Amino acid sequence: MDFISILSIFVLACFVGYYVVWSVTPALHTPLMAVTNAISSVIIVGALIAAAAVGLGNGGTVSKWLGLLAVVLASINIFGGFAVTARMLAMYKKKVR
Amino acid sequence: MEHANSVSPWVSLAYLVAGVCFILALRGLSSPVTSQRGNRFGMIGMAIAVVTTLVTHMPGKDLNYVPARHPEYSILAFAPDWLTVAEIVGAIALGAAIGLVTARRIAMTAMPQLVAAFHSLVGLAAVLVACAAFLNPLAFGIAEMVVPMIGDPFGSIHPVSRIEMALGVAIGAITFSGSVIAFLKLNGTMSGKPILLPMRHAINLGLLVAIVALIASFTQTQSPASFWTITVLSFVIGFLLIVPIGGADMPVVVSMLNSYSGWAAAAMGFTLHNSAMIITGALVGSSGAILSYIMCRAMNRSFISVIAGGFGGDSGGPAGAAASDRPWKRGSAEDAAFLMSQAEQVVIVPGYGMAVAQAQHALREMGDKLKAHGVRVKYAIHPVAGRMPGHMNVLLAEANVPYDDVFELEDINSEFAQTDVAFVIGANDVTNPAAKTDKSSPIYGMPVLDVEKAKTVLFIKRSMGGVGYAGVDNELFYRDNTMMLLADAKKMVEEIVKALD
Repeated sequence: MDFISILSIFVLACFVGYYVVWSVTPALHTPLMAVTNAISSVIIVGALIAAAAVGLGNGGTVSKWLGLLAVVLASINIFGGFAVTARMLAMYKKKVR
Repeated sequence: MEHANSVSPWVSLAYLVAGVCFILALRGLSSPVTSQRGNRFGMIGMAIAVVTTLVTHMPGKDLNYVPARHPEYSILAFAPDWLTVAEIVGAIALGAAIGLVTARRIAMTAMPQLVAAFHSLVGLAAVLVACAAFLNPLAFGIAEMVVPMIGDPFGSIHPVSRIEMALGVAIGAITFSGSVIAFLKLNGTMSGKPILLPMRHAINLGLLVAIVALIASFTQTQSPASFWTITVLSFVIGFLLIVPIGGADMPVVVSMLNSYSGWAAAAMGFTLHNSAMIITGALVGSSGAILSYIMCRAMNRSFISVIAGGFGGDSGGPAGAAASDRPWKRGSAEDAAFLMSQAEQVVIVPGYGMAVAQAQHALREMGDKLKAHGVRVKYAIHPVAGRMPGHMNVLLAEANVPYDDVFELEDINSEFAQTDVAFVIGANDVTNPAAKTDKSSPIYGMPVLDVEKAKTVLFIKRSMGGVGYAGVDNELFYRDNTMMLLADAKKMVEEIVKALD
């Protein structure tokens, strides 16, 4: 993909984000932060590439271990973030009539 | 190595689907009814992104691997590196275990700290990925192999990728160190009082200029020294930016760091040409930015003034002391119970004090008792109540308060005039009528809950001495229709519950 098509995706996604987030009810702003935190850990994709790569000399070895460490950190976020969001959302109940 | 560069359309499609799942995850949060389905979409999106990456970047020996004993298998022989696969799976399992245990054990009142801690992890992961990409650019498909006349061959990183990488590492580092400070402040490990260094604006500006200059030079030279200096300076500036910001401004800081973690992910997405990361980064970045904006608007302060810090230091001290000899009324739990049981409508205004005292369960019990007495009970929440956006809503939900009893500022403010009792628990500045009348007040212009319009205001406070975060005295305390209930919030509510029986 060339830079301009990536930039287009980015700009359009910013607009989508803008409208989607304004439609989030204020009561769910804490779960919103927890879930955005979980999904921003999609950075694990980069960590996995680094961890799986075969590298040139020392740089490659260090890079691999940095990648593995990043995989651990991002996994904490992914599992922790989604789990804590699910836990919070399960608490929101409607009035029993 | 070539497989990292030539991306099959199916792979791009999978990342796109993951990105759409993340949009649906946020979309689900527009209502508590659809929110759980939204969260599942988020999980599905993440699973797609991770599996796609694992499959396309299966660790293994070079594609042209020639087995010594069976040269006939040399073409397209791919020997998976099971050790690396095991390491990766182990890393994910380790992270999953830590994450799940933390998510299960954390108390709901500690949610702001947890979110800050999670942000710091995203920041650090972004830094690590950027460093890994810098050290091994060929694996990420962002460099050309250069074999110089002298010295070892190396990967020359594309200039655009250099900018993206440098931005990613800088934003990631700021997110990390900023979130660590926010965590320490929210956790109470570090005082919530702003710490003001002399010349801090000049220092921060200088650091920022230095970082920008280094990024510019890095795009030209790909010099490791510039790269590492950018990383270190960004850690420092993240730390310096958050240290002068006081505890109650943390909703803005936490949302801002949320936004940064998104931009960091987006920058890395640019580097890796990965649409899932770019879409997510843009979503999270705008989400955090909007939340910061909502918080700032709810305090009638500009984003710049919050980030400049120093609000709620000791500037308001003398004003608070001078006013405290005015007469005020003190009530007991029995008085409060009587007033509320006779009321037609009671509006409860919770604030950070309720979270500190863990009074939400006792409060719900009180609400139930009042309902049994035929009283209409509603909850009014100011956008900046608590230490993060939506903090109070989560605590009330935890205590089983139905969400249709809970109202936002603009939806309930007109109702206070028809309310018999406004019950303020642990909130202060957000109820201060001075914000509407006193032009000299630091909180002038901030939208507040019109509790003083209720027939009676019951105000739970630990003692008369303290002032709210803004450091201003609340004239509400001295009004004729206000009754102060001086005690720990939880104890007082429990006594009211007893008195209601």
